Amino acid sequence: MFLARVVGTVVASRKDDGLVGTKLLVIQPLRPDRTASGPPLVAVDSVGAGVSEEVFYVRGREASFPFLPAEVPTDAAIIGIVDHWNVG
Amino acid sequence: MILARVVGTVVATRKDERLLGAKLLVVRAQDPHGKDEASYLVAVDTVDAGFRDRVLIVTGSSARMASGLKDCPVDAAIVGVVDAVEVKE
Repeated sequence: MFLARVVGTVVASRKDDGLVGTKLLVIQPLRPDRTASGPPLVAVDSVGAGVSEEVFYVRGREASFPFLPAEVPTDAAIIGIVDHWNVG
Repeated sequence: MILARVVGTVVATRKDERLLGAKLLVVRAQDPHGKDEASYLVAVDTVDAGFRDRVLIVTGSSARMASGLKDCPVDAAIVGVVDAVEVKE
């Protein structure tokens, strides 16, 4: 799992049936010093996150698990909103 | 998932039989502001995307969860045509 900040939203009317009703957010992965780590990506939200919140997300096949038994075709899902974190 | 733009098509007569009938498109990755990035990939289209459309790509084993791709040898699928991206930074 990785830390990220929600930086935007995506609207797509024509999409895979499995994505209907989901919320798509643009997230920017973060380093421990809260600077950007790599390029932003699009993740499906499973916890009600919003723009400018810090979240953690899961990548890969497991990203569809929060939505079971629905089969959501996603490789990234936001699975938690971070209240606070610190490193070192 | 990543944002990308459709830049071309792929035609392959001889291919895995589970890909028969699949529409293969060449897409180029984009950042959320719509700027092209360096990477290109071939993705199976499941939403009837067209040339130059901005699309949403799912990669890895999750691509097989797109409709009609169960048990297909696929690691990238187009699962949405993007209407708008709003970024606040």
